[in-house]
Amino acid sequence: MDTTAVARAPLGTPETAYERPSYLNSEYGWKSWLFTLDHKRIALLYLISVTFFFALGGTFAAIIRLELLTPEGDLMGPDTYNRVFTMHGIIMVFFFLIPAIPAVLGNFLVPIMIGAKDLAMPRLNLASWYVYNLGGLFTLWAIVNGGVDTGWTFYTPFSTTYSNTYVVPTAIGIFVTGFSTIFTALNFIVTIHRMRAPGLSWFRLPLFIWSTYATSIIIMLGTPVIAITILLVAAERVFGLGIFNPKLGGDPVLFEHLFWFYSHPAVYIMILPAMGVVSELIAAFARKKVFGYRIVAFASVAIAVLGFLVWGHHLFVAGESAYSATVFSVLSMLVAVPSAVKVFNWTATLYEGSISYQTPMLYALGFIGLFTIGGLTGVMVATLGIDPHVHDTYFIVAHFHYIMVGGTIMAYLGGLHYWWPKMTGRLYPGFASKLSALLVFVGFNLTFFPQFILGYMGMPRRYWSYPPEFQVLNVLSTAGATILGVGYVLPICYFAWSLKYGAKSGDNPWGAVGLEWDTPSPPPTENFYTTPVVTHGPYEYTREEVHNRLTQEKEASLV
Amino acid sequence: MTEHQHPVTPVSTYVYVFLALLVGTGLTVVAAKVDLGWASTPVAMLIAITKALLVLYFFMELRHSARMNVLTAAAGFFWLVLMLSTFMMDYGTRVATVLPVAGK
Amino acid sequence: MSSTPLVDRHEHGHGGAHGHRHPAHQFDSMEQQKESSTLGMWLFLVTEIMFFGGLFTAYMVYRHMYPVAFAVASSTLNVTWGAINTGVLICSSLTMALAIRSAQINWRKGSMLFLVLTMLLGGAFLGIKAIEYHDKFVENHVPGNVLNQPFDFVLENAHEAAAAARVDPLYQRHAEIFFSLYFIMTGLHATHMIIGLGVLAVLLFYTKRGKFDSEYYNPLEMTGLYWHFVDIVWIFLFPLLYLLGAHTH
Repeated sequence: MDTTAVARAPLGTPETAYERPSYLNSEYGWKSWLFTLDHKRIALLYLISVTFFFALGGTFAAIIRLELLTPEGDLMGPDTYNRVFTMHGIIMVFFFLIPAIPAVLGNFLVPIMIGAKDLAMPRLNLASWYVYNLGGLFTLWAIVNGGVDTGWTFYTPFSTTYSNTYVVPTAIGIFVTGFSTIFTALNFIVTIHRMRAPGLSWFRLPLFIWSTYATSIIIMLGTPVIAITILLVAAERVFGLGIFNPKLGGDPVLFEHLFWFYSHPAVYIMILPAMGVVSELIAAFARKKVFGYRIVAFASVAIAVLGFLVWGHHLFVAGESAYSATVFSVLSMLVAVPSAVKVFNWTATLYEGSISYQTPMLYALGFIGLFTIGGLTGVMVATLGIDPHVHDTYFIVAHFHYIMVGGTIMAYLGGLHYWWPKMTGRLYPGFASKLSALLVFVGFNLTFFPQFILGYMGMPRRYWSYPPEFQVLNVLSTAGATILGVGYVLPICYFAWSLKYGAKSGDNPWGAVGLEWDTPSPPPTENFYTTPVVTHGPYEYTREEVHNRLTQEKEASLV
Repeated sequence: MTEHQHPVTPVSTYVYVFLALLVGTGLTVVAAKVDLGWASTPVAMLIAITKALLVLYFFMELRHSARMNVLTAAAGFFWLVLMLSTFMMDYGTRVATVLPVAGK
Repeated sequence: MSSTPLVDRHEHGHGGAHGHRHPAHQFDSMEQQKESSTLGMWLFLVTEIMFFGGLFTAYMVYRHMYPVAFAVASSTLNVTWGAINTGVLICSSLTMALAIRSAQINWRKGSMLFLVLTMLLGGAFLGIKAIEYHDKFVENHVPGNVLNQPFDFVLENAHEAAAAARVDPLYQRHAEIFFSLYFIMTGLHATHMIIGLGVLAVLLFYTKRGKFDSEYYNPLEMTGLYWHFVDIVWIFLFPLLYLLGAHTH
């Protein structure tokens, strides 16, 4: 804030002898973080929380893979196993995948990318972080006391009547966390509508903003439905109501409808921001305008809208009417169209681009491959003829992990690597980070590709043991998970390392264009020293510019 | 800043809307007492929607509101209707079929 | 670039109670701030639509499945209390609108008066609701295990009971679903009212201290939107819950 921060900067080491004012050194002390209204600091707070839950969910995943190393249940019994996979799912979905990109990268970048000083409602933004952690505490409390065994889907009447585990505290945790997501989404929509810099019209917005906007709309329309559904489950459990209990005249399929009305769009809450990140990465490292910018922008909105009309494909075997199943099947295939448009346009962007294989780009290219496999198998399981055969098998498990892990987490890590210098002003080691991208890609495929085969062969999901003929593929999967684990731990280590020892990145280490690179790295508290005036669209890389930058890079590498 | 705020609505407008809402309430009770057959629920909903629109338009000042706010409100109700109709797409087309059981 | 001081962008929010007001630091103008908060409120109301929407959907599905049970269960609700409460709530919407209007014309006393009236009417609504709940408790029409006595739904008219049983032999069990939905829907609506009353109390306090005038009354307007929305929810709840089986009596 005040310029005396320069004087207070630690003296001694040559590189910190002069430190520019930024949001990181504007104020010091824990209070300046816990009570901050700065969207950039809140993003970092979220980064810490989200990483914690990712590590926790990852630990549960490791336990699952360890148990499935052998056909017998020699690590744990079925009851424990049920709890472990449930906690893995709940933590990863509600506490990592849904908030990860919007709350960390979105929080940091949305105001900067539109040339605003902050989000429209900074207090609400801080509240969202506290609410998120409150929900997390409820869930952690449930875990410590023995967890939940319903699966992350809470299917009734098991969850409302028969399960003897901590359903209600977990339900409260998810209910509360839903508010934090809504707060963030509401803030984004208002900010994008009302606070764009002069000249920044809708079709000059970066594609990350478009996809974040589309995601926010899904959050606003979907999250309240899961809130009321979970409230009904809790009420039914506590007061012995029969809304979802067939014994009392209720309809458990209605629960599935209500649950998936949110939870299928929730998949798009996870993947849409990831697509936005990938659009940014591809443009920056191919030095080209994203091919068919407008189409990609509209595809985000189309996915948001169509994504709401496909949830019925989770109920093909649950007693849904044949007519409804047919319509949902067709609509599910329809949503593949805008998704495919994006994949084709990214690929077309690469064509004749000046591609540099930096770490973020490696993650982005990995995303395209894995998302394509996940998406195509999605079309398979949306088919009425195939779904009944592979429903509730490892085929489904592999399919959605290709979308959520291969898609969302790849893009999240890619985005983190891309904007890390922006957030911290530091560079991370190049070799280690490229190695991590490679390990994640190889480890991921080794973990989940065998699961496609397992599922196709008929291995059902959610079992602690399996027939011995499935062991070879399960061992491969566990081996892959080990590599994947190393690939995830590596970035945590070198990111932490870079905070203190990483080389100074300069303002724009990638030579990328975009409003976020027109301000120092790390940015000052108010993001820009003067309100930027936008005169052109995003990704304006001219040929000369590209040529000059490439020459510079070449010269630098020779020295 | 005051010039940007919407004009002050006369008290009479609010009172007329209030009276219209009361009449609507009376009407819906009367309509329910009469056996209208299948039409009773549509009639009740039609009255309720009219009342809701009056509240939205006058009390909630949508008539002086930015276009974006009108769009937001419309999107909310549209999505609710979409939700109701897609749920009925399943429940309205359920056919109770008893499949023959093998071996019987 | 780096040495440019940041003073240009420092303007801190709120300002004094009177005179010229400054927007919060992230905004460029009061107008932008007002537009943002209004849009934010409408977006919040959209989430409320979908929140209650889940319940309306459940209601629709079960009514489609058990039309007879829903009609007979609905007919045991007190239409008179329900209609009076609708009137009370509509009246409170009027007083809320007038409270905002009073602020617009700088009539502080009027604003306070109408806020108090709105709160009294809101309280009256909750009071009547409490009477109705009490009746249901006495009649053992409370579903689940909330009370010690089990849910017990008996139609007084034996002829009517026989007619219902002919169409839906399990109509008593299905009536319990109706009452589950009735209590959850009206209960959540009442919860929203209570929250609204709390916010109104805070606004009354601020109005008394002269925080609002014709230039700045945004919190009043936002609360008004919320209050009217809760009114709209009731406008739909009343016919759906109370009037379903009215013509059979």
